[in-house]
Amino acid sequence: MIGLSHYLIVSAILFSIGLVGVLRRRNLLMLFFATEVMLNAVNIAFAAISHYYNDLTGQMFAFFIIAIAASEVAVGLGILIVLYKKYGSLDLDDLASMRG
Amino acid sequence: MENLVYVALFAPFVGSLFASLFGMSERKMFVGYVASALLATAFAASATLAYNLFTTGEVIHVTMMDWISAGDISIPFGFVIDQISVTMMVVVSFVSTIVHIYAIGYMDHDKSFNRFFSYLSAFVFSMMVLVMSDNFAGLFIGWEGVGVCSWLLVGFWYHKPDQAREDNPSISPSWAANEAFIMNRIADLGMLVGIFIIYWNTGSLQYDEVFAQIPYLSDTILTTAAIALFIGAMGKSAQFPLHTWLTDAMEGPTPVSALIHAATMVTAGVFLVIRANPLFAETPEVSFFIASLGTFVAFYAASMALVERDLKRIIAYSTLSQLGYMFAAAGLGAYWIALFHLAAHAFFKALLFLGGGNVMHAMHDELDLFKMGDLRKKMRGTWIYMTIASIALAGLPPLAGFWSKDAIIETAFNEHTYILWIMLVITAGMTAFYSFRQIFLSFHGEDRHTALGFHPHEMYKFVLVAMSPLAVLAIITGWFMGAYKGFIYQLGEGVQYEMSEHTHHLATYLGLIVIFFAVSGIVIAYLKYARTGEKAWKRNEEVEQGFFYKLLKNQYYVPKFYEEFITKPYAMISEVFWTKIDLKIVDATVDNIAKFFYSTGDKTRAMQTGNLSNYLNWMAFGGVLLLVIAAISAMIG
Repeated sequence: MIGLSHYLIVSAILFSIGLVGVLRRRNLLMLFFATEVMLNAVNIAFAAISHYYNDLTGQMFAFFIIAIAASEVAVGLGILIVLYKKYGSLDLDDLASMRG
Repeated sequence: MENLVYVALFAPFVGSLFASLFGMSERKMFVGYVASALLATAFAASATLAYNLFTTGEVIHVTMMDWISAGDISIPFGFVIDQISVTMMVVVSFVSTIVHIYAIGYMDHDKSFNRFFSYLSAFVFSMMVLVMSDNFAGLFIGWEGVGVCSWLLVGFWYHKPDQAREDNPSISPSWAANEAFIMNRIADLGMLVGIFIIYWNTGSLQYDEVFAQIPYLSDTILTTAAIALFIGAMGKSAQFPLHTWLTDAMEGPTPVSALIHAATMVTAGVFLVIRANPLFAETPEVSFFIASLGTFVAFYAASMALVERDLKRIIAYSTLSQLGYMFAAAGLGAYWIALFHLAAHAFFKALLFLGGGNVMHAMHDELDLFKMGDLRKKMRGTWIYMTIASIALAGLPPLAGFWSKDAIIETAFNEHTYILWIMLVITAGMTAFYSFRQIFLSFHGEDRHTALGFHPHEMYKFVLVAMSPLAVLAIITGWFMGAYKGFIYQLGEGVQYEMSEHTHHLATYLGLIVIFFAVSGIVIAYLKYARTGEKAWKRNEEVEQGFFYKLLKNQYYVPKFYEEFITKPYAMISEVFWTKIDLKIVDATVDNIAKFFYSTGDKTRAMQTGNLSNYLNWMAFGGVLLLVIAAISAMIG
């Protein structure tokens, strides 16, 4: 029987994968994907817990997150395109212009 | 009448404020005139109050406003005009009026003329607060006020450079000012403790209320309070061992020496003992100590004056000595005699000092008696004044000093304290000797100054005229002793003092003994210093190398002792505290805190790579750290 903890474990694993992606990847586009993975890991957790408590609030929250993630990606991709046009690269090591 | 109280009190204050408006600008004669006129107003008000009190005997209490009231404490700004305070008011305002006029002439070449008047009037205001206050708190305010003004005025010529102690025992005006201030501070602590003890045990600082409670207080408390208050009096009145500042304070301008360090401020200690007479009357041991110390100081200061060459210092020693007489009288319970001597002394001593100022002015600030001689031909007016003042000081009838000093000496006899009596009589002889030694050395004998290139000239006419009231008072004050006795006896039993029948019978003989000593002092001085030609006085190097001469000349090595055993060790300790504790511990702690933040900032700056990926790593690290902390605290909590 698949219980709440299974979902939460999947969610945690997904979140970790996303986190490692954020930390290790150098390409900005990949960073975006990794963030999406993390967001969806949270969505899974929300949906599972919402079902467990019989409370729809969590699922509503998951929808909100999906909507916001979509708009965030739209804005983010726009910025990425501008960055690419300006620097010709999306590698974070090349974009370190704020070095202190 | 109430308004007159305020006029007497605030006229000097207005004068001070007015003069301070011009403090930074160049000399303006009208500043001196206005300040003097306001002082004269204060004197007129004081004299009217005194006359009113004399005729009606009504003591005036005035409460200007509530000053401190918090919880149980209630200290109003109140003033009392009774026989004691009105005597002081008249003396203070009178002498200061004359000194103000004198200073117009004396300070006329000084570029800080205006500043001088603002300080001088501020001093008079503080002194008025001191004597008029009806509580210990107001007295203390005035007490500190005169201390500050004394500091300002002694150090008035602060720009003078330091000299070696061998050349000038008081080093420089600023040094002398600081010495005076610090010594007074030591004593003021005692005074403050006394006031605290009084407040603690009586719950009030009003004289009336405090003195009304004296019968209910234990002897220990009374004795401690009396000792503490007297320590304050010792500092202000320069009694041994806090006496060295007074002679050094002669660095100030002469009008200051005449007003503050002879006539008024230094008598504040005597005033305090007289004012608190119900307290001191209940503590006979303390009172006897006061009398003994006073007698000792009278003798001690007179002995140092015997060999001094500096004109102003001789007068300073004589002030010290006369203050000793006053304390002797006050300690023996003859409060009104002490107060009378205070008033008489203020007149003739101010006259003597102002005359000394004339000599100093004429001799271009040269004070060495050995460089003067035969000045009377060039400075006739000053010579007459100083001779009058010296006769009064020496205590020859019928001048003021005779009556008051003789009464003090008689008191010592009356109280059967014969040792004090003998010492006071001998001191009277010494007083006559040194005051006439000074007169003869400066005004008589061989002319020594012309050869040294001095061309003395007499002081301005108006200054000499202004001094004449003092001369008159120095002569006649003593004649009113009986009237004054009646006046002050109205105040009640506390201040009354009568000689016993036995003493009364012997009074004439006692007086004759004193006169004999005084006259022989003068005769010795005359034979030694006043003659000309063959028998003229010459310096005797052999005597000057003698042990006693050197001992006296160096003020019994007391200043030296203070320097070696207090000043220098204190400087050494301060040095250690500075280099070891302040620099190594206090400063180092503060510095290291700052350095810690600098170095952490410097090191963590490396995080700022500009690489988003690194930032994200740090962010994740921080997030994990917070999680761990939250988890740990959840487990503990």
